Amino acid sequence: MESQKTGGTVDRHKPLGLTDGQVIDMYRFMQMGRKYDERSLLLQRAGKINFHVSGIGQEAAQVAAAFALDREQDYFLPYYRDYAFVLSVGMTMRELMLSVFAKAEDPNSGGRQMPGHFGHKKLRIVTGSSPVTTQVPHAVGFALAAKMQKKPFVSFVTFGEGSSNQGDFHEACNFAGVNKLPVIIMCENNQYAISVPVHKQLGGKVSDRALGYGFPGVRVDGNDPLEVYRVMKEARERALAGEGPTLIEAMMYRLSPHSTSDNDLAYRTKEEVDENWKKDGVAAFRTYLTELGLWSEEQERDLLAEINLELKEAIAYAENAPFPKPEDTLLHVYSDSAREGGI
Amino acid sequence: MAMMEYIDAIRLAMKEEMERDDSVFVLGEDVGVKGGVFTTTKGLQEQFGEERVMDTPLAESAIAGVAIGAAMYGMKPIAEMQYSDFMLPATNQIISEAAKIRYRSNNDWTCPVVVRAPIGGGIFGGLYHSQCPESIFFGTPGLKIVAPYSAYDAKGLLKAAVRDPDPVLFFENKKCYKLIKEDVPDTDYIVPIGEANLLREGSDITVIGYSLPLHFAMQAAEELEREQGITAHILDLRTLQPLDQNAILAAARQTGKVLIVHEDNKTGGVGAEVAAIIAEHCLFELDAPIFRLCGPDVPAMPISPPMEKFFMLSKDKLKAEMLRLAEY
Repeated sequence: MESQKTGGTVDRHKPLGLTDGQVIDMYRFMQMGRKYDERSLLLQRAGKINFHVSGIGQEAAQVAAAFALDREQDYFLPYYRDYAFVLSVGMTMRELMLSVFAKAEDPNSGGRQMPGHFGHKKLRIVTGSSPVTTQVPHAVGFALAAKMQKKPFVSFVTFGEGSSNQGDFHEACNFAGVNKLPVIIMCENNQYAISVPVHKQLGGKVSDRALGYGFPGVRVDGNDPLEVYRVMKEARERALAGEGPTLIEAMMYRLSPHSTSDNDLAYRTKEEVDENWKKDGVAAFRTYLTELGLWSEEQERDLLAEINLELKEAIAYAENAPFPKPEDTLLHVYSDSAREGGI
Repeated sequence: MAMMEYIDAIRLAMKEEMERDDSVFVLGEDVGVKGGVFTTTKGLQEQFGEERVMDTPLAESAIAGVAIGAAMYGMKPIAEMQYSDFMLPATNQIISEAAKIRYRSNNDWTCPVVVRAPIGGGIFGGLYHSQCPESIFFGTPGLKIVAPYSAYDAKGLLKAAVRDPDPVLFFENKKCYKLIKEDVPDTDYIVPIGEANLLREGSDITVIGYSLPLHFAMQAAEELEREQGITAHILDLRTLQPLDQNAILAAARQTGKVLIVHEDNKTGGVGAEVAAIIAEHCLFELDAPIFRLCGPDVPAMPISPPMEKFFMLSKDKLKAEMLRLAEY
């Protein structure tokens, strides 16, 4: 396939089957994720919310993955940094803000869980927890259901490189490999598990582990959304063709501290963080679009204004929304209301 | 009606539920070609195929976790843990995940999974093929726990578990597999989860328990009545969570003397909660302190025959304790 050139920059997205409109949309979701994240950090510092866990630096890969999936059919098991991902598959800013303010209307958990613990059945975002990597076997279970029921969907699951050391990761990968299940397993390797750097977490590469489970493992530059899109698309085609799982290790850098409770400069230098800001996938994608003549200063200004307005409305809505009733703490332990929790 | 063993009743329940509902499937170690190490799933793979009676890799957390994922999709998995002793790697999946899925998603997602696991000793299984892990899971809201004593209940409770919209742990007693043999209807019936069952009416003492020790209690009760005219009122909890509080209190009030039995060790066991419920609600209607007869507080059951015998409950141990309570 021939690539089109505009100035010095090669059009890399059309050969992948992505239209100009789609790549512009991708960029919009990256910025939405970024701005949501930045605003939540500020809200926490302003004392408006209690906690925020950040995904800054990981948006490009998240959005690319979402665009390679069937957002009408596939099942998603994101982890707690995947704001840009869940926005891309249909969650709204308002819903995210309802979660971060822990309000009753929050579709993720009705204000029960920490923010970043996604769940939205209508969007096929599967409820997640805090013990890491428990969602990988669940994703394999969804893929098993797809195979048993002969349904044309795949499941997609993410987690960090630190979490890839959990037994559940290995047990689930092996189960999926043995049964050739339609699941895409993506590690967002952001170089840190809270404070512990990757060289203290991993003796080798996460992607190489796939060899032991009998399916392909691909390492990809997570700051390059078009590369992530390409490998994700291939993985999805393999899955639907009955060829089984794919492990993707997307390399990136966690630009923000682990959470609002973390001081990252206690374990890494400002220079290291600054150096990685230069590789930021969101900024690089903007440059790519600009150089192709698909994006302008004016469009950027409009987009940021639009996001700003959406955030403002979302925050106002969430702030004014009612908390859950205290006694609703007792609801939904079991399906039958006669056996709700007791005190 | 057919005369069958407890293990046959469990197998029949799975067979009937799989015939009734295509989304029901069994997964676990050796459940397929071999039909289970105890033959619990024998013949099911021939009838339902490799996909619905699935031999899994040897990894309990994946067995539970994959079943949980499939259940969230809308399947009805029956995950088999080969021995309950080996289900601890799956504890995080069961307690952190299955138990909390409905609650943490504010009723958006549900997890109708069944986890079957054989409990109990008396088969020379040693420390790691004899344990009763009920108390590890007991007290985790969001889980239902059943532990049948009779073959009739084993079938009816397992069918109820499969149809239940919430996660159910089904603790089947491996000593009961062949020991308990009785008439079981071949019709479609369920035993409701959450309802205890009065096994025997009496007026002198009350015995409350679940699983195998009730077999010994029933034998002891017959002898005590025949030999000494002491009549025992015996309640089978059947469901450990949620406990049937009304039935427990009614049974305690019936005689005012209560003996609680289980093979799981005494400290922190289900019996402690049963005793607390009785103490909270009808302490002053009792004529004796609450007695408990349980496995000893040692880490697990040794394999050496005299040690195993020492650990296990028996008709004689039950009889002695029931007599002591009656004479109190």
